[in-house]
Amino acid sequence: MSDYLQNFCPVHSKPQREDDLKKTFATLAILGMMPGLALAQAPNFDDPAEFGKQREQLAASFNGPADQRYLQYAGDAMVDTAQFKKEGPWTVCFSNAGVNNPWRVVGYTDMTEEVKLHPEIGTFTHVDAEGSDDKQIADIDDLLAGGNCDALIVSPYSTAALTPAVEKACAAGLPVIVFDRGVTTDCPVTFVHPVGGYGFGIQAADHIIANVPAGGKVLMLRILPGVDVLETRASGARNMFKDAGLTILGEEFTDGDNAKTKSIVEDYLQRGAIDAVWMDAGATAVAAVEAFEDSGFDVPVVPGEDQQDYLQKWRDLGFKGVAPTYPTYQWRTAIVAAVNTLKGEQVPGPEWVLPQPVITEDVLDQYINEKMPPLHYAMCGCEDMPGYPEAWGGSK
Amino acid sequence: MNPAFAEPTGYMNYLKRVGALAILSAGALYVIVSGGFDLSVGSLMTLTVIGSSMLASNDPNSTYWIIPLMLGIGAVVGLINELVVSNLKVPSLIATLGMMISLNGVAFMWSGGAPRGYLPDTFRFFGRYNIPDVPLIGILPVAVICLAAFGLVLWWGMHRTNYGRMLHAVGDNPQAARLAGVPVKSVRISAFVISSLTAVLAGVILGGRAGVSVDIGSGFELQAITAAVIGGAQLLGGRGSVPATIAGALALEAIFTLLNLLGLAQPIRLVVQGLILIGAVAFATYQRKRVGR
Amino acid sequence: MTDTSLATPRRRFRFDRNASAILLIAAVLIYLGLVLALGQTRFLTLENVIAILTRSITLGITAIGQTFAILVASIDLSVASVISAAAVVTSVVMNGNPAMMLPAIAAVLVMGAVIGLINGLVIARLEVNPLIATLGMSLIIQGILSYFYNNFAGNVPAEFQVFAYGTIGVVPYSLIFMFALAGLAWFVLRFTRFGSDIYSVGGNQDAARLAGIKTVRVVVGAHILCSLCAAIAGIYLASRLRSGAPWIGAEGVYDLESIAVVVIGGTVLAGGRGGVWGTMAGVIIFSLIDSIFNVAGVDAFVKQVLRGIIIVAAVAFYAARSQRPVA
Repeated sequence: MSDYLQNFCPVHSKPQREDDLKKTFATLAILGMMPGLALAQAPNFDDPAEFGKQREQLAASFNGPADQRYLQYAGDAMVDTAQFKKEGPWTVCFSNAGVNNPWRVVGYTDMTEEVKLHPEIGTFTHVDAEGSDDKQIADIDDLLAGGNCDALIVSPYSTAALTPAVEKACAAGLPVIVFDRGVTTDCPVTFVHPVGGYGFGIQAADHIIANVPAGGKVLMLRILPGVDVLETRASGARNMFKDAGLTILGEEFTDGDNAKTKSIVEDYLQRGAIDAVWMDAGATAVAAVEAFEDSGFDVPVVPGEDQQDYLQKWRDLGFKGVAPTYPTYQWRTAIVAAVNTLKGEQVPGPEWVLPQPVITEDVLDQYINEKMPPLHYAMCGCEDMPGYPEAWGGSK
Repeated sequence: MNPAFAEPTGYMNYLKRVGALAILSAGALYVIVSGGFDLSVGSLMTLTVIGSSMLASNDPNSTYWIIPLMLGIGAVVGLINELVVSNLKVPSLIATLGMMISLNGVAFMWSGGAPRGYLPDTFRFFGRYNIPDVPLIGILPVAVICLAAFGLVLWWGMHRTNYGRMLHAVGDNPQAARLAGVPVKSVRISAFVISSLTAVLAGVILGGRAGVSVDIGSGFELQAITAAVIGGAQLLGGRGSVPATIAGALALEAIFTLLNLLGLAQPIRLVVQGLILIGAVAFATYQRKRVGR
Repeated sequence: MTDTSLATPRRRFRFDRNASAILLIAAVLIYLGLVLALGQTRFLTLENVIAILTRSITLGITAIGQTFAILVASIDLSVASVISAAAVVTSVVMNGNPAMMLPAIAAVLVMGAVIGLINGLVIARLEVNPLIATLGMSLIIQGILSYFYNNFAGNVPAEFQVFAYGTIGVVPYSLIFMFALAGLAWFVLRFTRFGSDIYSVGGNQDAARLAGIKTVRVVVGAHILCSLCAAIAGIYLASRLRSGAPWIGAEGVYDLESIAVVVIGGTVLAGGRGGVWGTMAGVIIFSLIDSIFNVAGVDAFVKQVLRGIIIVAAVAFYAARSQRPVA
């Protein structure tokens, strides 16, 4: 490459260069207009009916053992799985969207520890798509071709993109369990998930509305656009703020990056006061809190999530925090659903809706454990498992 | 524009924010001037932050041995990069790309995917602490002192030493440099080692500013190259200035901050960044040709 | 390094020509050895072989284009953004309507060609370093795209999903398509004037110009082909994912991966040497590595470390014999 770049110097006259530039910009403009040719048919992330349903579910009581949230379920719809009954030992296959963030790492640990509790699972095959739809579709193809799977668990990266692959697995006669993000087909045995994104948005927004006077200014921080479980969190909260008469200062995407979060909050602070910072996920909550601290402001209402670093910061500084959760215990539930299916037992379905608790100030101390890593998610429902706490990186 | 941004404190906060990138870019410039690329710096920053949090186990005194240890790891990484390039003849773009992927994996392996400790305050001191009540400027962030100190050292090394001249010679034309008696290999080794060492320092400062996260350094490799290029450095070697590169990093961050203050959306920022990048290089090439080089 | 153990050929043995085949055979042998050692012979079925080959169609199509860019001593970092843009435009223009299939494909191909043209002109005329030019272009496309869309937008009709999911017997159309495209690229490189010009310009720009080759046109042409291939990869991805979103190119890391498979396939980053079959070997090696990791159940993080080492080792396998200095 170096030869080419150092020696290649044809001589041009100036007008030619300007022509080139003009052409360049004209074509750029055309490029810019092309996507606008057709109107986007965006998936609907602002669904009042679903919002209302999730608000009810947050307050509802759940069936199942009272002390094991990961086994509880909303409603009483069950699916019959007799057709999938099989003698052990089974091969349970799991196509994972990725283990690229601490939430997924904690969840995956929950899952592998749960597998250890079921001796009937002879082989647990885990394939990791490393955050790519294309790769995850290929992974599922691989599992169908040579995995010898008795059941397939899928945690899809994108809802729409993974639907054909899941349909293919169903068509192959496999019992499929989907969890976390869904798919747009009802062929899986069940879809395990907590109440949902609107619920998460509601829990944090309720807290902000209760603690910020009318007309107060809210900054909305979001990780990235387009992920359904995050979009619904934002749309739910946004509507509630508008209805409550709060001013939304802006919606910013942080990429889940602490440094960027801190810069964004600092920049907004230079433009004026902030009464609350709403977040669609708590990973960057501590960075937002630190932005206030380091700029010499009192920390206002900053909701987070159930990560230890946030919970401890909240306790230590005593600001008005709240921790909605998107519980990692659903990773355990997915295994339980697969096991029950292969036993031919009834499973809550076609959706297995898990409770989605919120950590408030009065229960905060129950969830703080300084022996756990800072990015550990407290709502792991894993305290009763034999590998706890070492498997999650904690110490006794 | 809000007056706060025009106040000294605003400037200090802005310099503090840009500290990590500016130091990183100045170090990465050494490799660029020598004619190579170093794509591994971002993941080395991540490794520094995650590794430090793993080793610290909440002990404030650990900082004093952790930072030297991390610098040691950085030096080894730089050495491996160069040995792969010169002994295995792998282009530095690919060699450091491989290193980038591997180091990310190492950081994840080390932490099991989620770091297991906090960075102690003594560690975060460099990136987070402000010296309060300084006359004229209000606050003086430690990161700004670090930027000034390391910037000065890197400037001196590149522009005031014989080594700096050899570095330029190697980047300009390795064969000619060899014939002129320049120890090409050791010059290149030191360039990669310097780049890695500054990546560790940038990691310490960024980790101090932002705290632990699993992908803290991602994207910094391209930002560093961008800053150097905006500062007039010539890719593939032979030309580059430390002060201009630091100015490039400051300009890059200033543009982002400005766009943010103007309330422009992220997509527009991307477009602006792209246009600046191409424009800066096209302009530099044009200038160079006009003056007849 | 590996060259002493694997390649101790007779003098006339054309190492350059055969190295990618040697690497491919080595990867296949490792896969076979692993499958047999673990007693997992169920991985040796035809279905599984096809599943492996079909893993990396998007990467494969992109890499065919990247081969042109690298052969002409350039490089293209904008392919990932082009893939995203192409997939989104495909699915938005089609929007479930089979009648819009051809207009959508035409629009995307025009878009790809225009992007390639701009890349080529900025690199060849304005003499901007290709890394910077295409990185900048990548940011610009990504910005424009995410200004209009921030999610999966539109959808492709069922008829169009045949491209990704249809099969002749057990062989997917898309697999045949990829190899046909590779064949076409091989034909262009081997038998056309443009093809030989690419090697000349990539090998030595000045000599090529002195020999009367219009080097600017060749560089621009190579970039148009590169962006066209990325656009086609985006069309395929839209068919496979049923829709397009602004991040699908970046999430697949197709920019860096396509460069990696091209150089693993023996095309020299400095330009002028290599070819498209080497690239296909590189793509299959990447798929095999993925499958080997899946069969062996390698931990996700160890996988990354190994992948980095493998890329470097594979390139070293070619390069260590070369006498040229590199930087």
